Amino acid sequence: MKILVCISCVPDTTSKINFTNNDTDFDTNGVQFVINPNDEFGLTRAMWFKEKNNASIDVINVGEQSNETVLRKALAIGADRAIRIDSKAIDSYQVAKNISNFIKEKSYDLIIAGRESIDYNGSMVPGMISEILNINFITNCVSLEINGSNATAKREMEGGIETLTCELPLIIGGQKGLVEESDLKIPNMRGIMQARQKPLDVIAPDQSEFKTKTHKFFKPEDKKEIKMVDPDNLDKLIDLLHNEAKVI
Amino acid sequence: MSIIAYIESSNREPKKSAYEVISYAKNISEQLSAELIVVAINVDKTNEISNYGPDKIIVVNNQSIKNFNPKIYAEVIYQICIKNSTNHVILGGGADSKFLAPILSIKLDAGYVSNVVGAPSNYEPFTVKRTSFSNKSFCDVSISSKNKIISISSNSFEKKKIRSNPEIIEFDAEIPDSKITQASVDLSKGNISIADADIVVSAGRGMKGPENWHLIENLASTLNAATACSKPVSDLGWRPHSEHVGQTGKPVATNLYIAIGISGAIQHLAGVSSSKVKVVINNDPEAPFFKAADYGIVGDAFEVVPKLNEKLKAFKAENN
Ligand SMILES: Cc1cc2nc3c(=O)[nH]c(=O)nc-3n(C[C@H](O)[C@H](O)[C@H](O)COP(=O)(O)OP(=O)(O)OC[C@H]3O[C@@H](n4cnc5c(N)ncnc54)[C@H](O)[C@@H]3O)c2cc1C
Repeated sequence: MKILVCISCVPDTTSKINFTNNDTDFDTNGVQFVINPNDEFGLTRAMWFKEKNNASIDVINVGEQSNETVLRKALAIGADRAIRIDSKAIDSYQVAKNISNFIKEKSYDLIIAGRESIDYNGSMVPGMISEILNINFITNCVSLEINGSNATAKREMEGGIETLTCELPLIIGGQKGLVEESDLKIPNMRGIMQARQKPLDVIAPDQSEFKTKTHKFFKPEDKKEIKMVDPDNLDKLIDLLHNEAKVI
Repeated sequence: MSIIAYIESSNREPKKSAYEVISYAKNISEQLSAELIVVAINVDKTNEISNYGPDKIIVVNNQSIKNFNPKIYAEVIYQICIKNSTNHVILGGGADSKFLAPILSIKLDAGYVSNVVGAPSNYEPFTVKRTSFSNKSFCDVSISSKNKIISISSNSFEKKKIRSNPEIIEFDAEIPDSKITQASVDLSKGNISIADADIVVSAGRGMKGPENWHLIENLASTLNAATACSKPVSDLGWRPHSEHVGQTGKPVATNLYIAIGISGAIQHLAGVSSSKVKVVINNDPEAPFFKAADYGIVGDAFEVVPKLNEKLKAFKAENN
């Protein structure tokens, strides 16, 4: 089984979000980039298929050279090969198009992406790839089993969970549940050493069309002062919620 | 030229989010003098839709697609777009809409922006405001392609009643075969989903253990609210993962978010900050959540929550 995991490189969740160049660019100063959490659940699930079904794992990212540190981490966790499509990611369409072009001639059985990235939260790339390549797609995926050429996946939907079956190839948008938090692995020394020897191929983008463009960032307005209520005067809270906030 | 508002439904009725989506689309249709078409799949109750000003309602009633399937639903909407020379498709932020939208964007060769929180600020180029970095910031995004898809965040755009007398059209869509089979569905019983709720009662590690969650559930039931939790609570298995909210869980954008025994870590706040009003109950006056909330109570949840519940019950009894 051949697996491709799409890796988005995102600011660590504790990062302070600031902007530069007149608020047109994200300020990467002092920010540590990590594997997008949803993608890391997927990569860890892929590792499980590698151990159990002898799957091979490639990881791919569309981005600039600075993302290679994050790709090396994916190799240290256990991926066999990394591919970086050398292009600044402008929008999801351009990313999906480039990844699809890469996938086209390969024969991946399973493509794993995250439900969304925690920087732009688009929930777009895997769905777009599925349509460009006409392959099955399941997002909000919280469980995945492969049996021969058949997949059984669970999707979190509003108000419940549905179990879906289909044939491979399949692309999923994964999230926690694929594996648990406690299954995530911090790469060990051996993994980190091995990762240095593993291939990290840089390929040129073969298309650069994009359809959307981010112009300016804004920070949320400053929060107004909190009103404290005495725990012995809960009627006051009810009054505030009813008459002032008008939410009950 | 036409604009399509695709609305989600449940039990053959439009979901609550539908009217926000239609109002958003109505505004654009007025700006562009374009026809507004509401598209609904397997819906009978279309009366209320006419209160939000569509020119047409296109209904696809077909038992063979009673289960949501993103590829098929995208294909059906695509067929309607082609027939009606549609350039703009507006959808809500529900899980199903966000599942089908990227597929539709490829079919229509459309630029797609999700998590949109405001009406277009400009039409040349078409520009909208969306959230980014998990609600830690916003950004203006423009779409350069002729066709455009917008998915709006729930609770971010005001519903506006404009009575119209739309033509209701049954559309006979060509339904492709599905390559994915639904083997089973496990509906969470009786609970209100976080996405649909006006009020969310959320609790963290401060509740000490799953055996104490009846306090949270009782309060939620009084308020007709959904229950949610912080990440460690779901990681510890005290509550299902589906209740995990925050940057790596579900986003919350309700009218009222009540956080009980939650410290207010940056990742938690990122996901819930779009809620309109936030109440914090925590016994530590230094808990960071107090800096991000509207109303706060410093106190022991085990005392405050049951008392608050009793008082709210009395309030509800009086006000109903
Ligand atoms: C990559 C990453 C992603 C993450 N994503 C998320 C996410 O999406 N969502 C999320 O929630 N977290 C997330 N976290 C975890 C986050 O950093 C915090 O650890 C977590 O939110 C803390 O949960 P908590 O507030 O329930 O627990 P704690 O931080 O332990 O806080 C418990 C609170 O309860 C209070 N308390 C204790 N006893 C009582 C009492 N009797 N009455 C009232 N109050 C009491 C305490 O004062 C304290 O403030 C993420 C972390 C990482 C590293």
